[in-house]
Amino acid sequence: MLYFDHCASTPPYDEVVDTLAQVMKIHYANPSSIHRAGAEADKLITRSRALLGEQFGVKPEEWLFTSGGTESNNLAVKGAARQFRSRGNHLITTQIEHASVNDAFRQLELEGFQVTYLPVSSTGHVDPEQLRAAITDDTILVSIMHVNNEVGSIQPIDKIGKLLEAYPRVLFHVDAVQSIGKLPVKIKEWGIDLLSGSAHKLRGPKGIGYLYVRESLQLQPLLSGGSQERGLRAGTQNVPGIVASAKALRMSIQAEEQNRERLYALRGRLIEQAEQIPELKLNGSHDQAVMAPHIVHFSYAAMKPEVIVHMLEELGAIVSTKSACSSKDNKPSRVLLAMGANREHAAGGIRISFGDEHTEQDIDKLAVMLGEAVAKLKPLERSK
Amino acid sequence: MIYDKVIVRYGELVMKGRNRNQFEKRMLQQTKLALRGFESLTYAKSFGRLTISLNGAPFEAISERLKDVFGIVSFSPVILVDNELEKIQAAALQLMNGLEQTPATFKVSAKRAWKPFVHSSQEMNHLVGSHVLRAFADLKVDVRKPEVELRVDTYEEGTFVYNKVIAGAGGFPFGSNGKAMLLLSGGIDSPVAGWMAMRKGLKLEAVHFHSYPFTSDKAKEKVIDLARRLSYYAGAPLKLHLVPFTEIQTRLVQARQDSLMITMMRRAMLRITEQLAERNEAGGIVTGESLGQVASQTLSSMNVIGRATVLPLLKPLLMMDKQEIINEAVKIGTFETSILPYEDCCTLFLPKSPSTNPNLNVVERAEKNIPELEQMLLTAVEGTEVLELTPEAQASAEKAGEDEWF
Repeated sequence: MLYFDHCASTPPYDEVVDTLAQVMKIHYANPSSIHRAGAEADKLITRSRALLGEQFGVKPEEWLFTSGGTESNNLAVKGAARQFRSRGNHLITTQIEHASVNDAFRQLELEGFQVTYLPVSSTGHVDPEQLRAAITDDTILVSIMHVNNEVGSIQPIDKIGKLLEAYPRVLFHVDAVQSIGKLPVKIKEWGIDLLSGSAHKLRGPKGIGYLYVRESLQLQPLLSGGSQERGLRAGTQNVPGIVASAKALRMSIQAEEQNRERLYALRGRLIEQAEQIPELKLNGSHDQAVMAPHIVHFSYAAMKPEVIVHMLEELGAIVSTKSACSSKDNKPSRVLLAMGANREHAAGGIRISFGDEHTEQDIDKLAVMLGEAVAKLKPLERSK
Repeated sequence: MIYDKVIVRYGELVMKGRNRNQFEKRMLQQTKLALRGFESLTYAKSFGRLTISLNGAPFEAISERLKDVFGIVSFSPVILVDNELEKIQAAALQLMNGLEQTPATFKVSAKRAWKPFVHSSQEMNHLVGSHVLRAFADLKVDVRKPEVELRVDTYEEGTFVYNKVIAGAGGFPFGSNGKAMLLLSGGIDSPVAGWMAMRKGLKLEAVHFHSYPFTSDKAKEKVIDLARRLSYYAGAPLKLHLVPFTEIQTRLVQARQDSLMITMMRRAMLRITEQLAERNEAGGIVTGESLGQVASQTLSSMNVIGRATVLPLLKPLLMMDKQEIINEAVKIGTFETSILPYEDCCTLFLPKSPSTNPNLNVVERAEKNIPELEQMLLTAVEGTEVLELTPEAQASAEKAGEDEWF
């Protein structure tokens, strides 16, 4: 079976699995305990944090460990909005954010915040000028994802960061869950205040998220309890998960540069072959510079995408429809609608995402399977 | 801004007459040591100053490091150009454009050290000054108190053009005034005292007293981190003596002299340090005491405590206010570590009302009542653990667990 759903979750590195098991077995003490066993566990967290700081050229203390990308996004968005409510009531995000950001903003709307959801182009990209136009004296937070988790469009985070320099009161959150380990992420250079990541998207364990919170920036915590993680995230830390996730992060960032070109080559190869199948329409752009290297997204407008997913599974490949976090509802994709697709097109998305274990042969096999699947399904297409 | 050279100026040591040569040599050594990470640098010594050629190395990183080298009074990044008027003028303009804020006033100070150059210093002042004035509409010349002084020094090898003078740490080169022991508690004061002592050319070895289980391992680690920071300023490894103090402390508690407890403890510490000093050929003891800050730091407490040793007690913070000390601690990067909440052994068994005016006779009598004290001090000295710390060496958290886990 070929696994092409790296956007949903990735196969962990063997070394990461070993680390997880070893640390879990030895360092079971609570890292907040004052005895030596606790102190040892706490040191492992400190060392993990230092590793994160080093990878991104920031201070170790600026990184928090959470339970995952969803929590990191929730804490960043709600924590910042609620903390700085007295400064202003207006928030800005995009129409294509991950559910954990989008729904956090919906919740903040219910709490009385004004939220602007920026539109995107037909390729799934935000226009920094539209962002500039949306900023008011009341704006306190801008949250924009780095790489879209459905179609793979890269948002111009560097330009947006530059633009926001002129608005020191506006905090900048970036959901980098799909980009860390795939593309360079430059926290300081891009003027980012808050940045989310997730370990299991970069071959680490599930249950660990990363959250960068700029030095001395205060957030309103989501959880009440102990003063772990700078007092921003109560709860006993998951020591084995944290150590393993730091290792996974280091390994994936180290492999990133050398993988990137290879992944782009695979992406190009898949697109070229899949476009021989007229029923499939590429979403996003052909221009590599504005697309993530590991995601290819098509629509088969006349077919329910679940059917293709199951058909491909029978043929031996695992792909997905849209974001795993939203894939169980049958509505058309919010992201594709934002990109201007009609309902049929937006309801027919197929996402193929891959990683360093894939070869050209794997891609070729997948292309053949796609052809077969479409050929089989062609007679069953829904009528216009 | 791309610079070619850095001029480094020394201060006090130039005054030192016949010792100058030796000091200059040590300065060169210390500077090279501090900048050893930058491999492209080359150094040239000249009267009272040092010229570093960057050869492509980034000035900003070097500047960050040079700021902390003791003995450097100031330094300036320089653009080096051929001895041609147009090139000198262009460099002057480039430097003025590179300033973060355009000044209201400036002046040019040209110096023609290489006489064959066609223009005299006076002419250069005018030629470069007018060129700059034409480029900046609101800029004026002020020869008395200019905001920016643009220096143009012409030598045979070329002309140095510069307009920035960055203050250095001052003082004497590290280790040029002998060696002392530093009592390092883990609080805010003692690292600052250590920094000030090192700035005056003292080489230091740090001494810390720990009382496990009454103090935690974290308190010890905090002191290790502070010593590590001090070793950065030393530009050399720093020895940290970790003295086991539990036995002595618990014995002193049992002497039932509550109000004199701190006095006796401090005296015991000085005695141990004196022995360590002797073994390590140190000629003094540096402490972070500040007059009147706590009970043991009143004049009469210092009198009674200080008599425990014959070594000179150096107290750089003696006449400073707490806030001034905190400011220094922030500046030298020890404050954040110092305020981490771990008990040190001085705060343990702290009596309700420690004496601010202890009586020497009473103290000495109380000590005589502990006949085994001498032996205990010796045992502590013998049991002292010595760590050699460098800024690069890993903190304990950095080597926690197995390397392969990370």
